[in-house]
Amino acid sequence: MRLIPFALAFTALAQTAHAQTPDLQTPVLNVLTYDSFTSEWGPGPAIETAFEAVCGCDLVFSAVGDGAELLARLQLEGARSEASVVLGLDTNLTAQASATGLFAPHGQTAANDLPVPYADPNFLPYDWGYFAFVYDSTKLATPPTNFEELAASDLKIVIQDPRSSTPGLGLLLWVKAAYGDRASEIWAGLADNIITVTPGWSEAYGMFTAGEADMVLSYTTSPAYHLIAEDDATKAAAPFTEGHYMQVEVAGKLANAPQPELADQFLAFMGSDAFQSIIPTTNWMYPAHTPAAGLPAGFEQMITPATSLLMSAEEAQAARTPALDEWLTALSR
Amino acid sequence: MADRAVTLIAAGLAAAILLLLLAPLGALGLKVQGFGLSVAELSALRFTLLQAALSAVISLLLAIPVARALARRQFFGRDALIATLGAPFILPVIVAVLGLLAVFGRAGWINDTLAAFGLLGFSIYGLQGVVLAHVFFNMPLAVRMLLHGWQAIPAERFRLAASLGFTPTATRRHIERPMLREVLPGAALVVFVICLTSFAVALTLGGGPRATTVELAIYQALRFDFDLPTAARLALLQFALCAAAYVVAARISLPSGFGAGQGRKGGPPAPLGWRRGVDALVIIAAALFLALPLLAVLLNGLPGLADLPASVWGAAGRSLGIAFASTAISITAALVLALASAQGRGWAALAATLPLAASSLVLGTGLFLILQPFFRPADLALPVTMAINAALSLPFAFRILTPEARTLYADYRRLGQSLGMAGRAWIRWVVFPRLARPMGFAAGLVAALSMGDLGVIALFAGEGQATLPLLVQRLMGAYRMEAAASAALLLVLMSFALFWAFDQWGRRYADA
Repeated sequence: MRLIPFALAFTALAQTAHAQTPDLQTPVLNVLTYDSFTSEWGPGPAIETAFEAVCGCDLVFSAVGDGAELLARLQLEGARSEASVVLGLDTNLTAQASATGLFAPHGQTAANDLPVPYADPNFLPYDWGYFAFVYDSTKLATPPTNFEELAASDLKIVIQDPRSSTPGLGLLLWVKAAYGDRASEIWAGLADNIITVTPGWSEAYGMFTAGEADMVLSYTTSPAYHLIAEDDATKAAAPFTEGHYMQVEVAGKLANAPQPELADQFLAFMGSDAFQSIIPTTNWMYPAHTPAAGLPAGFEQMITPATSLLMSAEEAQAARTPALDEWLTALSR
Repeated sequence: MADRAVTLIAAGLAAAILLLLLAPLGALGLKVQGFGLSVAELSALRFTLLQAALSAVISLLLAIPVARALARRQFFGRDALIATLGAPFILPVIVAVLGLLAVFGRAGWINDTLAAFGLLGFSIYGLQGVVLAHVFFNMPLAVRMLLHGWQAIPAERFRLAASLGFTPTATRRHIERPMLREVLPGAALVVFVICLTSFAVALTLGGGPRATTVELAIYQALRFDFDLPTAARLALLQFALCAAAYVVAARISLPSGFGAGQGRKGGPPAPLGWRRGVDALVIIAAALFLALPLLAVLLNGLPGLADLPASVWGAAGRSLGIAFASTAISITAALVLALASAQGRGWAALAATLPLAASSLVLGTGLFLILQPFFRPADLALPVTMAINAALSLPFAFRILTPEARTLYADYRRLGQSLGMAGRAWIRWVVFPRLARPMGFAAGLVAALSMGDLGVIALFAGEGQATLPLLVQRLMGAYRMEAAASAALLLVLMSFALFWAFDQWGRRYADA
């Protein structure tokens, strides 16, 4: 009876083998990414269609939870990974990712339109955004303009745990990049504003849309979703005078890629308008290269931070553990 | 008699369960030396134990009067209420949390009502919120377990008590207390261990890193630090806590020793007077406590139900398939282990309890490491999910079957032997009819849990393999909160329909 799953496993294997026989001529490019990228509401399906039209290949996405799980998964698979490309790490993880030795230089030379210079021999950016606190402008007329004002207010915010969430880690580094040694003090001030800390972005955003919190940690481009997809102009991101920490999402080629040429072709395709024009209204982030047609209507209403904050991969790697300890100490009091 | 065969099969099963639980720890590189805990881990351990103990004690203290009232009163809607008791437990965590927040949250119904009367609101965030959510999940489960306990008392005992002129107090002391002494420790153990591995509820309602549990520390080790041996060490700590709790519960638990009845109908006496009023209040309060968050889940999900994406149906089909397969595996295993445990094999009970303390993240990661060299992960997504769901739901099925399996052995074994009943006849004429009621309930619970549990699918799933819970998560990740609420409602309705169908079957079969 315990054999049932194994019997099913072998049936499944047999079926896959069977299904793959007719396309032996078509090479398969496997891209490992995070879940929301490949979901039917993410960029994945449109990008698959666009790339398959030019590559003469079968593009297959495998997905795990998010950027951090992506790195963990890669470390579990090691050199055995079937994937040729990993897409969805952010710059807070790239130092750790490079250190695994699993990545190969991408060799691409195309420039990007990021607000701060970014270049990494192993990783190419495909989109980026700013972290921000999002609020409902019908309920909150004058949002705070920096962390200190937020800490002094009696506004209630919900944030994500840096131990289990990429935006949570982003906020940790935002405060660190903006305040350096004063970060602990800022967190202590924010402690009474934070109603709770959620494991991931979805729970926090769900609580905010349900009206539990006045503000939620998300992105400056989050209001674009409500504006464009729901025709709802009430959500806004609060501009902070310290500047906004950036999330730059990148892709890289694996050193043991089963399909190195296709991987190169995919990374080059990533910079094309065909790929980049899909990003804004599926991933709700800024494309790394602004397409010739510009950004979709609605994006011009998003705030543009005066200062862009971003630690280098090495700084972020060095800062995260001490910053986490500060955060834990300040909020556990 | 088939005792020997049962013991042998049970031993094989127990070994397989231990292997399934411990091999992943080995794969993660568990080191035997150096079990010292860091300061942060110690405080996580303290919080974990505190919230789990509080949740278990409060769930059980509340469950006793509710179960007693349900056992001795007949009223309109009683069957519906008993069926609904299964619902909170099978809600996906995030859906349940949003449902609870709609009632008890900052902007929830209760705080809104208090504010309308100019009264000060209260905050759900903190230890109180964690315990509230755990009681919401587990108190109904405890009620069902205790209710089975009351229903398992032979009707002849109550008749005898009535003819001896027992007062309600005397009934309580001589009939109900021995039953509780037998059933309560096991029920408390289950609730305590479930709460031990709580992570999302504890963090979200705990209000911040003060509410760090051991499971969150495991999460951090795997994701933030990529420190596999630490994750394995903490997972072993969870098993050790579970084993310790098991030993304590086994020490406290005493067989009630009522002896066999003749299977007559008739429950405990229903005293009149003020006890009637108290029972009514208890039932109304429990019903409201459970129904309000469920109502919120329903109201959240209804608006978008008509325009769900077409992909939900494929996902729902996959989830149903997993649920049926997991239920078949889990119930068969639970029955064998419960029969072995009824013969006094303690190891069978321990093996059937340990999966409760398993961290599904560690289990999934370990299995991934073990299987990945030989298989493509996506090919194994559905079978692995079935196997893990079956293993993780086994403790519930086992706990539900065990008290009655024990009674069955104590009361009918000699009769069966003297009639020369063996093998199939014994199972057909004694085991199935006597165990149908708990088996139906257990199967319903397992099926519903397997529908809702994310388990490890997220770690293995490839393209086109999303189950309904994974789809809910994807919808939320794509800002589609309303569609996610509707897909979650669909999940809840399907889980509940499965639960209800199995449970109903069990009760029909038992009464037939």
